[in-house]
Parts: sequence; C-alpha cells; structure tokens
Amino acid sequence: MRPAFLEPFLLEVGRFFQILGRVLAWTPRPPYDWRELLRQMLRVGVDSVPVVLLTSLFTGMVMALQTFSTLKRVNAEGFVGTLVALSMVRELSPVISSLLIAGRCGSAMGAELGTMRVTEQIDALEVLATDPVHYLVVPRVWATVVTLPMLIVLADVIGIVGGYLISVLYFGANPVTYMENTFRFMDADDVTSGLIKAAVFGLIVAVVGCQKGYFTRGGAEGVGRSTTRAVVLASIAILISDFFLTKILY
Amino acid sequence: MALAATPPVKIRLRGVSKSFSGKVVLDALDLDVFEGESVVVLGGSGTGKSVLLKHMIGLIRPDAGTIEVDGVELGSLSNLELTGFRRRFGMAFQEGALFDSMTVWDNVAFPLRRAKWDRARVAERVSACLEMVHLEGAEHKMPSELSGGMRRRVGFARAIALEPKILLFDEPNTGLDPVIKAVIDELIVELQEKMNSTAVTITHDLNSAYRIADRMALLFRGKIVAYAPPEEFRELDDARVQQFLRGLPSGPLSD
Repeated sequence: MRPAFLEPFLLEVGRFFQILGRVLAWTPRPPYDWRELLRQMLRVGVDSVPVVLLTSLFTGMVMALQTFSTLKRVNAEGFVGTLVALSMVRELSPVISSLLIAGRCGSAMGAELGTMRVTEQIDALEVLATDPVHYLVVPRVWATVVTLPMLIVLADVIGIVGGYLISVLYFGANPVTYMENTFRFMDADDVTSGLIKAAVFGLIVAVVGCQKGYFTRGGAEGVGRSTTRAVVLASIAILISDFFLTKILY
Repeated sequence: MALAATPPVKIRLRGVSKSFSGKVVLDALDLDVFEGESVVVLGGSGTGKSVLLKHMIGLIRPDAGTIEVDGVELGSLSNLELTGFRRRFGMAFQEGALFDSMTVWDNVAFPLRRAKWDRARVAERVSACLEMVHLEGAEHKMPSELSGGMRRRVGFARAIALEPKILLFDEPNTGLDPVIKAVIDELIVELQEKMNSTAVTITHDLNSAYRIADRMALLFRGKIVAYAPPEEFRELDDARVQQFLRGLPSGPLSD
C-alpha cells in the first residue's frame, strides 16, 4: 500500500528539479535580461526591507528578554550578547526572513505566473519563440538568490541592535562588555553559513513559487490554490532543509 | 478559393491521440491542411478544438501519432529547436493572451525584439501591424483598457508581426457581438490573403466559418468526421454534420 501523500509529494519534488534544471540550462543563454533581473531584485529586496527590519528587530529583542532571564539563573547574564548574536546570525535571521520572503515574494510569483498560465500568456510566450522559464523564471530565481543574503546581512545587524537595546537599556547591562561578548565568539564562518542558508532558501522560495505558478490549472480558483501552496510548500521546504544545512555547515 | 489542383500539404496530422487524466480528447485523428488555404475546424464546446490547434504548434505533444509541418516532424525536434521552429507560426489566442504588464505597442513589438530587430525596424513594423488590424492610436493603452474585440485585434497584430506563413486562430470571435464578429472574420480573411499564408481557425460559429473557410472540418469524439469546402460541406449526407449545421438539440452529436 502506497501512502496517499507519496504521489503528490514526488510530483512536486520532480517538478522542483525540472524547473531548477531548466533555470540552470537557460541561465547562460542570451539574451540577458538585466533590466528584468534588476526589477525583480528591487521587488524582492528593497520592497522587503521594512518588514525584514521590523521582524528582526523584535526577534533580537525577544531573544534578549528570554536569554537574560534564563542566563541570570546560572549567573551567566554576561553572555546574552553572545547568544543573541550567534542565534541571529546562524539561525534566526536566515530562517525567519526567508519565511517572510516566502510569504511576500513566493506567493506573488505563484500568483503572477499562475495568472499568466490561466490567461494563456505563458502559451503565448512559447508561441512567440520565447521559453517561459528563460524569460520569467530565470530572473526571478537569480534575483531572489542574490538579494536574500543581502537582506540577511541587514537582519543580522538589526537583530543584534535589538538585543543590545533590551540588554543595555532595559536590563542595564554594561554596553562595552555586551558588545565585546557579542563579537568575541563569532567567526566569519558563522556569518557566511547564515548567508549560504539564505541563498539556498532564496532558491527554494523562487523555484517553488514559480513552479506552483507555472503548473497552475483551473482558472481563478487554481491561481488561489497555487498562491497558497507556494507559501506552504516553500515554508516546509525551508524548515526541513534548514535542519540538513545546519548539519552540513557546522 | 481555387481548389482545382491540390496544393502541397502544409500541416499533416496522422493518428494523433491525446488523453488528459484518462479522458480521450483526440483519438487517432488525421488531417491535412493544404498550403495557402484557410481551414475552419468546427465542433461543440469542449470537443478538444483548442487541444488540436495546440498540437499543430507543438504546445501540446501527442500521446501517439505524428504532426508534420512543412515536412518536419514536430516530435523529432528538441524543445530548443521547437522554440525556433515556432517562428513559422502566428497564433492568436481566445482572449488575446496579451502580456498585461505591457502596453499594446510593447506587446506587438515583443516578437520583433526577441528576434533582435533594430529599433527603427521594430517601430516601423509595429505601426504597420497595428494599421493592418485597424488599431492606429491605441499604441500606449494597457491591455486592461481595451474591449474584448480590441484585445483580440492586438493579439492578431502580435501574431502577424514576424510575417508567419501559418496563422492559427483559437476561437477568435467567441463572446463578441455580431458586428465585431463580422469585423474580426473579415480581418482574418484579409490578413490571410494579404500575407498569402495558411490559416487554421477554431470556432463553433457557423456564420464565421462560412465567411472564413476554404475548407471546413467537423471535430467529433476526437476525430475529424467531415472535411470539405463549404459548398460541399453544407450538402454532406452525414447526420452529425447536418445536426451541427442546423443546431438541433438531438441527434448523433448529443447522444
């Protein structure tokens, strides 16, 4: 007996790698649409800055609140800065921001490509001797892969600022030792591994979003379904791959 | 409309079958479209007329059978080769399928830019195409600002931009009022004759079919059950054809 979820699961995985393969195959081929790439980078990057800033600020603040009271019990409150910084850089920034981007941009890609599919605009591209993956998916995927790590750098900084604000202003920690402890145990590897994660999550968000859009069927309802599933699927894939990436990267 | 000496076959379908999740849409279908002719494929709603058209241009690949265009078997082409091969076609979609993020001008210019035409030639050709579909002055409108008939005409302009030798029209006048319908039909005839191309039109509208067709075909249960010039088609002694032509509620088509 095959479990009922196996078939759709394998179908989605197969489609993911089909789209990914086509993106890789088309990327080196001209014409290079730099303007579209830039446009997508602005949409994924600049437009997402406020929400990413807000989220990481509060994540950093909550981390400080939580760890301070915990570490105080073992008289180690001096290490709050270390813990906040490492958690943000290695784990929380990439994962939380990527989940947000899945909700903001993955869904938009699913809806946009889905609408183009059901209104035959994707067929029209093919008929006009243009590969839809080349024209639509390639710029979206690379824009997300490049932009998400940039957002994460921003999120890392703001998260650490959030922790600092709570620890120093609210708990009255010493600002100099706090900053010292923040950076004393942090390696470049901690930052880069977070950025590698972000790039992989960016790839997942964009490919899944485009894949759900590209294979949309069934009118307006189908577009709605694709949009929702793009977010759900990308989020699950992010959380699962996060486990394996963490395992590989440390 | 001279059909005396049979011209060479432009599109040849042999034994084309296609099913979608178990439902048979095309069933070992044979059809020859002759060069320079205008063929109209008739059939009820949901009989797979669009699916047939999409097979001709390789948007859908058959489960079985072969499709030859200019003697080239589509199944033998790789995806990349097929993409280039499609320059021989111009296809107009049901609702126009205009790129809704682009103006009318950019929509028509799209295939020209992709074919790397230089700026001046693109401008010249776009104006000429819009003139051919009688839409001068709409260049800077967005698709959402256009009426259904206008959208389809922009779709035509985009389809003919690269002067294709084969024109495919997917339900070009469904859902339009009778006057606009007649205008669209006239335009199809005009474009096909002016460009001396082969045309395949899908419709379930008989008036349109008579206006456009050099040959009419009836699609029923996945096969072409009748194929003849309009005058002969009208007289065919086939219950299915007669039911369709008279629009009768009961008969072999509806059983």
